[in-house]
Amino acid sequence: MSDKVLMKGNEAIAEAAIIAGCRHYFGYPITPQTEIAAYMAKRMPKIGGCFLQAESEVAAINMVYGVASCGLRVMTSSSSPGISLKGEGLSYLAGADLPSLVVNVQRGGPGLGGIQPSQSDYFQATKGAAHGDFHMIVLAPASVQEMADLTVHGFDLADKYRMTSMILADGTMGQMMEPVSLDLKVGEPIEKPWATTGTKLERFHNITNSLYLDPEALEKGNFDRYKRYETIEENEVMYEEYCMEDAEICIAAFGIASRVAKNAIDEARKEGIKVGLIRPITLWPFPKKPFKKAAEKVHTFISVELSMGQMIEDVRLATECRRPVTLVNRAGGMIPNPEQILDAIKNANKNGGAK
Amino acid sequence: MSTNKYLFAGFGGQGILFSGKLLAYKGLTDGKNVSWLPSYGPEMRGGTASCSVIISDTPVGSPIVSKPDILIAMNLPSLDKYENDVAEGGMIFYDSSLIEREVIRKDVRAFAIPATKLADDNMTPTLANIIMVGKVLKETGEFDEKSVEAALRKVISAKHIDMLDKNLDAMKIGRDF
Repeated sequence: MSDKVLMKGNEAIAEAAIIAGCRHYFGYPITPQTEIAAYMAKRMPKIGGCFLQAESEVAAINMVYGVASCGLRVMTSSSSPGISLKGEGLSYLAGADLPSLVVNVQRGGPGLGGIQPSQSDYFQATKGAAHGDFHMIVLAPASVQEMADLTVHGFDLADKYRMTSMILADGTMGQMMEPVSLDLKVGEPIEKPWATTGTKLERFHNITNSLYLDPEALEKGNFDRYKRYETIEENEVMYEEYCMEDAEICIAAFGIASRVAKNAIDEARKEGIKVGLIRPITLWPFPKKPFKKAAEKVHTFISVELSMGQMIEDVRLATECRRPVTLVNRAGGMIPNPEQILDAIKNANKNGGAK
Repeated sequence: MSTNKYLFAGFGGQGILFSGKLLAYKGLTDGKNVSWLPSYGPEMRGGTASCSVIISDTPVGSPIVSKPDILIAMNLPSLDKYENDVAEGGMIFYDSSLIEREVIRKDVRAFAIPATKLADDNMTPTLANIIMVGKVLKETGEFDEKSVEAALRKVISAKHIDMLDKNLDAMKIGRDF
């Protein structure tokens, strides 16, 4: 018997958050992530935590701001349209340098879209969650185990760098069950001398704020923040390589798309086609180096996405457009099948990278 | 080294997701790699329900089953919808007390089990799904009483654990059919 349990990805996120020390959850139900809220509603009262179903996504993200200001681990979760509503709050969190964990279990869009899985919030998560210059650390799990592992890691990184970590999953990752070990490693607690915890008349009061009417002060905040981002880009990049040793074709895919891609790669390898995969685990910071290195030996890149092609732009940037990058995609809640990817691999193999 | 891809399909309320979960837990108990993926669309609020289960000796790639090795169809719409998707040489198990037609495909092995009728006759009216799982495990050579019971213990909630014996009985009815 193994010590693993079968859990839905959504439940794994919720339990991992509790293990990471999160005792405050604020959210509003939306498919396909509602199991996170349901799990928290059941568990939080039993462990002295707080589950609160907010009146809206906007309210929930601002409650996150409040708890984060107090220096406690806090999270919210939603799915695509709900994340758009949280945008303002995400920008305020960034402006006030507050750590938090936000989960997006993506569904098809735009608009209310549908409820089936999608990856079309890549741009939103990695480049434009809201107004102003800021980034979030964006983690893209590809298994239920990673849903748990990256949730804990996300909390640790958020505290370490005083910013929001986002788990960017999709409907499949949220709904599927896989064996998961909950023997999770949580990092050492980080001191938060900036937290608004009451002065006890022993120190000057702390303020968490994102309003700076003095442009020089505001500029300094931006430069300081981007200095921190440089450290993150240097130290926190995560990715997986699969069959890349001798690869002549490189697939770029994350989350559910990477799993379908692996099936296609296994099939292609049986036919003697040398194809591999680079799977970004951090979407921001994007794993630029492995892609740049791969561009030296592969003749074609194929970006597999559940969107109209968003990550493909980062692949082109990382490889400085030295090789052709083609797109294999489905959108609106549809998922590419291995055969579709295999066809693209065979095409690339035939063309040998000719533009 | 083997990988079995299962697709369970039927009406909401027939225990489709539960049967899949049972099979996944059995795989986990046997030390295999497993995945379970439900349909979570509007269909789970009435109408058809389905779930994909993969049990493999190697890590599971895509959890989506588009060409099942084994189809378990608990109603006619499910058989109609998925019969042609079954892999060549695969198996189709169907509830012949609810599905009046036969399997058309000749390149698959078909098993007609009057599961709903068997369940009614044996005083276990809600356990047609478990009877089917019993038959599936028998025909795939996976019926091992110990791991079946261990899986049932995991998948039946604490509140309903008094149903364990009835579930085990239903499994055996399927196995012996």
